[in-house]
Amino acid sequence: MFDKTRITGGIFQGLAALACVVIVAMVAIILGNILIHGLDRLSIGFLTRAPEAGMTGGGIFPAIFGTFALVVLMTIAVIPLGVATAVYMHEYAPKRSRMVHVVRLAIQNLAGVPAIVFGLFGLGFFIEFIGRGVDRAFFRGSLVYGQPAIIWAALTMALLTMPTVVVATEEALRAIPQSYREVAYSLGATRWQMISRVVLPQAVGGILTGGILAVSRGSGEVAPVMFTGAAYFLPELPRRLNDQFMELGYHVYVMTTQSPDVEATKPILYSTVLVLLMLTFLLNFTAVMIRAQIRKRLRYGR
Amino acid sequence: MVADPSVAEDSAAVGDAALVRTEDLRVRADRLEILKGISLEARRGEILSIIGPAGAGKSTYLRCLNRMAELDQDIKIEGKVLLGGESIYGSGVDVALIRRQVATVFSVPIPLPMTIHENLTFGLRLQSGSRDSSEERVEVALRAAYLWDEVKDRLREPARTLSGGQQQRLCLARSLVLSPKVLLLDEPTSGLDPISTAAIEEALQQLKPNLAIILVTNNVKQAARASDRTAFFLFGELIECERTGKLFTTPRDSRTADYISGRFG
Repeated sequence: MFDKTRITGGIFQGLAALACVVIVAMVAIILGNILIHGLDRLSIGFLTRAPEAGMTGGGIFPAIFGTFALVVLMTIAVIPLGVATAVYMHEYAPKRSRMVHVVRLAIQNLAGVPAIVFGLFGLGFFIEFIGRGVDRAFFRGSLVYGQPAIIWAALTMALLTMPTVVVATEEALRAIPQSYREVAYSLGATRWQMISRVVLPQAVGGILTGGILAVSRGSGEVAPVMFTGAAYFLPELPRRLNDQFMELGYHVYVMTTQSPDVEATKPILYSTVLVLLMLTFLLNFTAVMIRAQIRKRLRYGR
Repeated sequence: MVADPSVAEDSAAVGDAALVRTEDLRVRADRLEILKGISLEARRGEILSIIGPAGAGKSTYLRCLNRMAELDQDIKIEGKVLLGGESIYGSGVDVALIRRQVATVFSVPIPLPMTIHENLTFGLRLQSGSRDSSEERVEVALRAAYLWDEVKDRLREPARTLSGGQQQRLCLARSLVLSPKVLLLDEPTSGLDPISTAAIEEALQQLKPNLAIILVTNNVKQAARASDRTAFFLFGELIECERTGKLFTTPRDSRTADYISGRFG
């Protein structure tokens, strides 16, 4: 009468479906909540003005600008570094080399280090060691680079996102047929000519994928920039590499924890979170579009 | 190793015309000996075919002639490889230059992911300052490879849009653009239709006067109809090398006779 296996099967199917529903519901609630509360305050003025009246009024333009500048600087730093690392490991180093093994292990571990540790590392290494060193060497010890600044925050963020770029690039390099390399060599290419004219053009899509992941991670992280360059409030936008800057994620953190008037800050907070999400999505979307374009251009090669 | 008296006579007659020559070439990968002392030569004006069953070392031999073999890891090459009398493994040798002079056509057509024209000029563009005459050289090479009429109006199209047989002729033309001294072909027609195969064999006959051609083939009939001399390799050894007509009618070694009559391999 009762088929035991069928009942057990039915229960598990139900539980699995329920798990899916829970996840979708959570995403819907988070996005919906932010959308409903955040849209109130969202206006052109909110996007283009600076915070006013102790963050209970005005807009968040400096934080948007700062986040954007941070991500751009980070990308400029992380792409060459990550791509060069991957190219070395995959194209230059001998197979089964100890060195590559160690580098790969280091990168895997780097990917597992908590973001706050990167922040502290940036403070200790970039600001205290490199920044102070530059100041002592070129500015007679006056404080120029030995303090939190957008360049140090961007470099710290680049370290955090480097494993993503390295892994994505390596994967792209691995996908390129070995025969292309042989053909290039057989036509008289040096190793660098082979890499620059055959391998890298083919790997652009994969490299951009790594860039996309790095950018979307970098635009959302707060911990790495807390000690290395993000500021509580600044009346002016960063104009030099050693200026401090405002950042959306950090701005959210500051408004949540340090606001003099929680109720007055709340709508601004919601809208800021909404903007942060939209900016991340926008950056992602742009990068995906660029990649699709390049893929289309390269299609005939595949 | 069987010394070949007819070859010795020939090379004595034409002096040092052997364009590419190996002397006691030995190749080892790990502990396995792939080539066990090969002494062989190819001259301008002839097609030398190399036949033999799988694992005989035919492809490895070709890869030693333009220093492609060393791209594989853990390979040890001993003995001499001379190109026009000069060792290509000597110190200070420009490997890229050697590879331009000793061109390769692989067994599978491998067009680079570029247009037909970019494929053809790839080798030229690697050298600086040789761009001026490239259009002319492209046309000459395409005509020599019997491909010009088929692609002259679509040079800017992706090379991948060509058929397999056309792609292989493109690869041949791509090697010829560099005006090599020696042309190595590793089973160039193994996957091709009869028409493309015939076109490539015809092209080789036309090219013969200007360069030495070494053709590795699994197709014994192709060796018989397309080459002037034939070398038979077996398990890394050169069993014999003779004028093609002679090797196929009166082989000296019974193993050669067995192989060409299809008893093994």
